[in-house]
Amino acid sequence: MRISVQTEDFDLGAEVKAISGNPKIGAVASFVGLVRDVAMTLEHYPGMTERAIGKIVVEAQSRWKVIDCTVIHRYGALQPNDQIVLVAVASGHRGDAFAACEFIMDYLKTQAPFWKKEQTPEGARWVEAKTADDEAAGRWTVPLR
Amino acid sequence: MRLKVRVLYFASIREKLGRDSEELDLPAGVASIAALRTHLRARGGAWADALAEAKLLRAAVNQDMVSPAAPIKAGDEVAFFPPVTGG
Repeated sequence: MRISVQTEDFDLGAEVKAISGNPKIGAVASFVGLVRDVAMTLEHYPGMTERAIGKIVVEAQSRWKVIDCTVIHRYGALQPNDQIVLVAVASGHRGDAFAACEFIMDYLKTQAPFWKKEQTPEGARWVEAKTADDEAAGRWTVPLR
Repeated sequence: MRLKVRVLYFASIREKLGRDSEELDLPAGVASIAALRTHLRARGGAWADALAEAKLLRAAVNQDMVSPAAPIKAGDEVAFFPPVTGG
Protein backbone atom coordinates (compact mmCIF):
# COMPACT_ATOMS: atom_id res chain seq x y z
CA MET A 1 0.00 0.00 0.00
CA ARG A 2 1.38 3.36 -1.00
CA ILE A 3 -0.06 6.79 -0.22
CA SER A 4 1.58 9.91 -1.58
CA VAL A 5 0.52 13.54 -1.34
CA GLN A 6 2.78 15.41 -3.72
CA THR A 7 3.15 18.33 -6.12
CA GLU A 8 4.75 16.21 -8.88
CA ASP A 9 2.80 14.51 -11.66
CA PHE A 10 2.48 10.72 -11.76
CA ASP A 11 2.61 7.98 -14.41
CA LEU A 12 -0.45 5.72 -14.43
CA GLY A 13 1.35 2.92 -16.29
CA ALA A 14 4.27 2.88 -13.89
CA GLU A 15 1.98 2.94 -10.84
CA VAL A 16 -0.19 0.07 -12.13
CA LYS A 17 2.91 -1.96 -12.95
CA ALA A 18 4.30 -1.32 -9.47
CA ILE A 19 1.32 -3.04 -7.79
CA SER A 20 0.90 -5.85 -10.33
CA GLY A 21 3.85 -8.07 -9.45
CA ASN A 22 2.11 -10.60 -7.21
CA PRO A 23 0.96 -13.64 -9.31
CA LYS A 24 -2.25 -13.82 -7.20
CA ILE A 25 -3.36 -10.53 -8.78
CA GLY A 26 -5.85 -10.97 -11.61
CA ALA A 27 -7.28 -7.45 -11.75
CA VAL A 28 -6.12 -3.88 -11.31
CA ALA A 29 -8.75 -1.14 -11.35
CA SER A 30 -7.57 2.45 -11.53
CA PHE A 31 -9.10 5.90 -11.52
CA VAL A 32 -7.43 9.14 -12.57
CA GLY A 33 -9.04 12.51 -11.79
CA LEU A 34 -8.17 15.48 -14.04
CA VAL A 35 -8.49 19.26 -13.77
CA ARG A 36 -11.48 20.44 -15.77
CA ASP A 37 -11.64 23.83 -17.58
CA VAL A 38 -9.87 26.16 -15.16
CA ALA A 39 -6.50 26.38 -13.46
CA MET A 40 -6.58 25.85 -9.71
CA THR A 41 -4.54 25.67 -6.55
CA LEU A 42 -5.04 22.79 -4.15
CA GLU A 43 -4.44 23.27 -0.44
CA HIS A 44 -4.30 20.40 2.04
CA TYR A 45 -3.71 19.66 5.72
CA PRO A 46 -0.28 17.98 5.86
CA GLY A 47 -0.34 15.00 8.19
CA MET A 48 -4.10 14.70 8.40
CA THR A 49 -4.35 14.16 4.65
CA GLU A 50 -2.12 11.09 4.67
CA ARG A 51 -3.84 9.83 7.83
CA ALA A 52 -7.35 10.27 6.37
CA ILE A 53 -6.45 8.49 3.13
CA GLY A 54 -4.80 5.70 5.14
CA LYS A 55 -8.01 5.16 7.12
CA ILE A 56 -10.07 5.00 3.93
CA VAL A 57 -7.71 2.42 2.43
CA VAL A 58 -7.79 0.32 5.61
CA GLU A 59 -11.60 0.41 5.51
CA ALA A 60 -11.57 -0.69 1.84
CA GLN A 61 -9.22 -3.56 2.75
CA SER A 62 -11.66 -4.69 5.44
CA ARG A 63 -14.56 -4.82 2.94
CA TRP A 64 -12.92 -6.26 -0.17
CA LYS A 65 -9.97 -8.48 -1.01
CA VAL A 66 -7.33 -5.90 -1.78
CA ILE A 67 -3.86 -7.28 -2.47
CA ASP A 68 -2.16 -3.94 -3.11
CA CYS A 69 -3.18 -0.35 -3.54
CA THR A 70 -1.74 3.05 -4.45
CA VAL A 71 -3.32 6.45 -3.82
CA ILE A 72 -1.61 9.59 -5.10
CA HIS A 73 -3.09 13.07 -4.66
CA ARG A 74 -1.41 16.22 -5.92
CA TYR A 75 -1.54 19.68 -4.37
CA GLY A 76 -0.28 23.14 -5.36
CA ALA A 77 -0.86 24.84 -8.72
CA LEU A 78 -2.54 22.73 -11.41
CA GLN A 79 -3.58 23.52 -14.99
CA PRO A 80 -6.55 22.30 -17.05
CA ASN A 81 -6.10 18.67 -18.05
CA ASP A 82 -3.46 18.04 -15.37
CA GLN A 83 -3.83 14.84 -13.39
CA ILE A 84 -4.96 15.45 -9.77
CA VAL A 85 -5.58 12.09 -8.21
CA LEU A 86 -4.83 8.41 -8.80
CA VAL A 87 -6.41 5.42 -7.08
CA ALA A 88 -5.22 1.99 -8.21
CA VAL A 89 -6.35 -1.24 -6.57
CA ALA A 90 -4.96 -4.71 -7.26
CA SER A 91 -7.09 -7.76 -6.42
CA GLY A 92 -7.56 -11.37 -7.35
CA HIS A 93 -10.71 -10.56 -9.32
CA ARG A 94 -12.28 -7.50 -10.92
CA GLY A 95 -15.28 -7.20 -8.60
CA ASP A 96 -13.11 -6.42 -5.57
CA ALA A 97 -10.82 -4.13 -7.57
CA PHE A 98 -13.66 -2.07 -9.08
CA ALA A 99 -15.60 -1.74 -5.83
CA ALA A 100 -12.61 -0.87 -3.65
CA CYS A 101 -11.37 1.69 -6.18
CA GLU A 102 -14.74 3.46 -6.35
CA PHE A 103 -15.18 3.32 -2.56
CA ILE A 104 -11.77 4.89 -1.94
CA MET A 105 -12.51 7.66 -4.44
CA ASP A 106 -15.97 8.39 -2.99
CA TYR A 107 -14.63 8.64 0.56
CA LEU A 108 -11.60 10.62 -0.46
CA LYS A 109 -13.95 13.29 -1.88
CA THR A 110 -15.64 13.81 1.49
CA GLN A 111 -12.99 12.85 4.08
CA ALA A 112 -9.56 13.84 2.80
CA PRO A 113 -8.72 17.45 3.73
CA PHE A 114 -8.12 19.08 0.34
CA TRP A 115 -9.55 22.38 -0.87
CA LYS A 116 -9.62 23.63 -4.45
CA LYS A 117 -9.31 27.29 -5.33
CA GLU A 118 -10.14 28.02 -8.95
CA GLN A 119 -8.54 30.86 -10.92
CA THR A 120 -11.56 32.13 -12.86
CA PRO A 121 -11.53 35.20 -15.18
CA GLU A 122 -13.46 37.03 -12.41
CA GLY A 123 -10.79 36.17 -9.86
CA ALA A 124 -9.90 33.31 -7.56
CA ARG A 125 -12.70 31.49 -5.75
CA TRP A 126 -12.91 28.51 -3.41
CA VAL A 127 -14.84 25.58 -4.84
CA GLU A 128 -17.98 24.72 -2.83
CA ALA A 129 -18.41 21.14 -1.61
CA LYS A 130 -21.14 19.19 -3.40
CA THR A 131 -23.91 17.37 -1.57
CA ALA A 132 -23.71 14.81 -4.39
CA ASP A 133 -20.29 13.85 -3.03
CA ASP A 134 -21.73 13.21 0.45
CA GLU A 135 -24.46 11.11 -1.13
CA ALA A 136 -21.91 9.14 -3.16
CA ALA A 137 -19.97 8.33 0.01
CA GLY A 138 -23.21 7.71 1.91
CA ARG A 139 -24.35 4.95 -0.42
CA TRP A 140 -21.60 2.72 0.97
CA THR A 141 -23.95 2.53 4.00
CA VAL A 142 -21.58 2.41 6.95
CA PRO A 143 -19.96 5.67 8.11
CA LEU A 144 -16.19 5.68 8.24
CA ARG A 145 -14.73 5.64 11.73
CA MET B 1 -4.62 24.96 35.30
CA ARG B 2 -5.15 26.32 31.84
CA LEU B 3 -5.78 24.26 28.78
CA LYS B 4 -3.46 24.95 25.87
CA VAL B 5 -4.40 23.82 22.39
CA ARG B 6 -3.01 24.47 18.94
CA VAL B 7 -5.68 25.64 16.49
CA LEU B 8 -5.22 25.44 12.71
CA TYR B 9 -7.28 27.16 10.02
CA PHE B 10 -7.49 26.14 6.37
CA ALA B 11 -8.66 27.38 2.98
CA SER B 12 -11.34 30.12 3.04
CA ILE B 13 -11.33 30.20 6.86
CA ARG B 14 -7.56 30.80 6.90
CA GLU B 15 -7.93 33.61 4.36
CA LYS B 16 -10.76 35.33 6.20
CA LEU B 17 -8.91 35.21 9.51
CA GLY B 18 -5.57 36.18 7.99
CA ARG B 19 -3.76 33.45 9.94
CA ASP B 20 -3.15 29.73 9.63
CA SER B 21 -2.64 28.79 13.28
CA GLU B 22 -2.42 29.92 16.89
CA GLU B 23 -1.69 28.63 20.38
CA LEU B 24 -4.65 29.16 22.63
CA ASP B 25 -5.29 29.14 26.37
CA LEU B 26 -8.84 27.96 26.75
CA PRO B 27 -11.01 29.53 29.42
CA ALA B 28 -12.82 27.23 31.83
CA GLY B 29 -15.90 25.67 30.34
CA VAL B 30 -14.60 25.49 26.78
CA ALA B 31 -14.10 21.76 26.36
CA SER B 32 -15.66 20.85 23.02
CA ILE B 33 -15.31 21.80 19.37
CA ALA B 34 -18.68 23.58 19.45
CA ALA B 35 -17.73 25.55 22.57
CA LEU B 36 -14.38 26.54 21.08
CA ARG B 37 -16.08 27.73 17.91
CA THR B 38 -18.47 29.88 19.95
CA HIS B 39 -15.57 31.22 22.01
CA LEU B 40 -13.59 32.20 18.88
CA ARG B 41 -16.66 33.71 17.22
CA ALA B 42 -17.04 36.05 20.21
CA ARG B 43 -13.85 37.82 19.10
CA GLY B 44 -16.11 39.54 16.56
CA GLY B 45 -15.18 40.96 13.14
CA ALA B 46 -13.66 38.40 10.77
CA TRP B 47 -14.05 35.73 13.48
CA ALA B 48 -17.79 36.24 13.76
CA ASP B 49 -18.01 36.04 9.96
CA ALA B 50 -15.67 33.09 9.27
CA LEU B 51 -17.09 30.97 12.09
CA ALA B 52 -20.71 32.17 11.81
CA GLU B 53 -23.22 29.71 13.15
CA ALA B 54 -24.98 29.37 9.79
CA LYS B 55 -21.73 28.44 8.06
CA LEU B 56 -21.14 24.78 7.27
CA LEU B 57 -17.76 23.96 8.78
CA ARG B 58 -15.78 20.84 9.50
CA ALA B 59 -13.41 20.30 12.39
CA ALA B 60 -10.67 17.88 13.30
CA VAL B 61 -9.06 16.92 16.60
CA ASN B 62 -5.59 15.46 16.36
CA GLN B 63 -6.08 15.02 12.61
CA ASP B 64 -9.31 13.02 12.81
CA MET B 65 -12.51 14.60 11.52
CA VAL B 66 -14.96 14.97 14.41
CA SER B 67 -18.48 16.18 15.23
CA PRO B 68 -19.14 19.50 17.02
CA ALA B 69 -19.68 17.67 20.33
CA ALA B 70 -16.18 16.17 20.28
CA PRO B 71 -14.17 16.94 23.44
CA ILE B 72 -10.87 18.84 23.38
CA LYS B 73 -8.14 18.63 25.97
CA ALA B 74 -4.73 20.08 26.73
CA GLY B 75 -2.16 19.44 24.02
CA ASP B 76 -4.69 18.73 21.28
CA GLU B 77 -4.29 19.91 17.72
CA VAL B 78 -7.62 21.31 16.62
CA ALA B 79 -8.50 22.43 13.09
CA PHE B 80 -11.40 24.31 11.51
CA PHE B 81 -12.00 24.16 7.77
CA PRO B 82 -14.74 24.24 5.12
CA PRO B 83 -16.18 20.99 3.72
CA VAL B 84 -13.45 19.36 1.65
CA THR B 85 -13.25 19.55 -2.14
CA GLY B 86 -10.40 17.27 -3.20
CA GLY B 87 -10.38 14.37 -5.65
